[in-house]
Amino acid sequence: MKRVETECTLTVNGVDHAVSGLHPGESLLDTLRERCGLRGSKGACEEGECGSCTVLVDGEAVCSCLTMAAAVSGRSIVTVEGIGEAGAADLQDAFLRAGAVQCGFCTPGLIVAADALLTRNSSPSVDEVREGLAGNLCRCTGYGRIVEAVLDTASQRREQP
Amino acid sequence: MPVLIPENLAELREAACSHDPVLLAGGTDLMVALNHRSQRIESDLTVVSLAQVPELRSWSHDPTSGELTIGSGITWSQLERAPFDALAPALAQAARTVGSPQIRNAGTIGGNIATASPAGDGLPVLLALDATVDSVGSDGERSTPLSELLTGTKRTSLAPGEVIVAVRFKVDDGWQGYAKIGVRNAMVISVAGVALVLDGTARRARIALGSVGPTVLLAGEASAFLTSEFDWDAWTCSEATIATVAEMAAEESRPIDDHRSTAEYRRHGVRVLTSRLLKRGRERR
Repeated sequence: MKRVETECTLTVNGVDHAVSGLHPGESLLDTLRERCGLRGSKGACEEGECGSCTVLVDGEAVCSCLTMAAAVSGRSIVTVEGIGEAGAADLQDAFLRAGAVQCGFCTPGLIVAADALLTRNSSPSVDEVREGLAGNLCRCTGYGRIVEAVLDTASQRREQP
Repeated sequence: MPVLIPENLAELREAACSHDPVLLAGGTDLMVALNHRSQRIESDLTVVSLAQVPELRSWSHDPTSGELTIGSGITWSQLERAPFDALAPALAQAARTVGSPQIRNAGTIGGNIATASPAGDGLPVLLALDATVDSVGSDGERSTPLSELLTGTKRTSLAPGEVIVAVRFKVDDGWQGYAKIGVRNAMVISVAGVALVLDGTARRARIALGSVGPTVLLAGEASAFLTSEFDWDAWTCSEATIATVAEMAAEESRPIDDHRSTAEYRRHGVRVLTSRLLKRGRERR
């Protein structure tokens, strides 16, 4: 049985990070930002409301603030830094083109959530995009341009698979 | 603070029984408490993660008996989709109202039961379905009706180190639905929730209420009245029956005023949701 005390190895964006000094109950968000040097994932509410810390664990979008770092040792973690490398730079481009980025704080979480949404559903409706991004709060844009960016990416991917 | 990650049920039993641990399922309640320091994990306390135990992530459906067994580690995201949306539509409806996609990818049905919040969205549905909870602890295995397992607000009869393995119930011919009220459609903790099961095989109706009492409640009198008044052959009931059942369910609720709503509004919510579900239920089977 695997037992983690204060040290473990996290596999983030395909790279193994040996982390140490974990404090009791430390969230994956804190570990990524403070120990792995990956500050794309943002911390705000730390209770799963805002979605700005969204990452993929074994392909599923989850709040890294609600994920205990020690418990996901050995599983595949993808952060916003890994989304571009994995070939979803089109999503980031679409956000920029649509004007879906204002202050930018929510953007990393939205990119990861949108990527997970498009992986599951390659031609979502407006309602499905809104429902798929319901766990990500943006206080700047009013969401219209974000939805537009995701729909644009979906149609681009369908045309140029 | 060691975190143990058992990889099968035997390892889980060993870990849970010998350490009096904090059990970590999806983390969507526990981590909030830890992040906000409302719950501390002492450095000598052991955390046991339930996420890597395949037995908890499995499910089965016996078409002969009609019994559906859902592993405690099945997530809301799974429950929203096939095959659960067809086998247990009310549970799928409840699953869809939980948190956000991120929360639903992490949160589990077992965690919902063990946390035992009166606002837990799965609980009214499981209570209306008369579900049984299978668990393992230091005293061995046991099966407990959900109604007995839930003893109060965030209280259960689970012993320290006792782990919920699965929840099971019969999915019979009939109709079932769940509806809830909150301040918006997404990311909302229920202000009032109602589950209705019209069991065409047993010819029995069960109505359960969430967020309107110290724990989820079975509206026993409303359920009994509907069972006797529902025309099970023609699959219908009168407007007057709907109004009476809705009123009885509202009377049986035991809501309070708190930061989320008022007792009066919650009782009104139960009346409206019960009526709405019954109108849907009598339309189709």
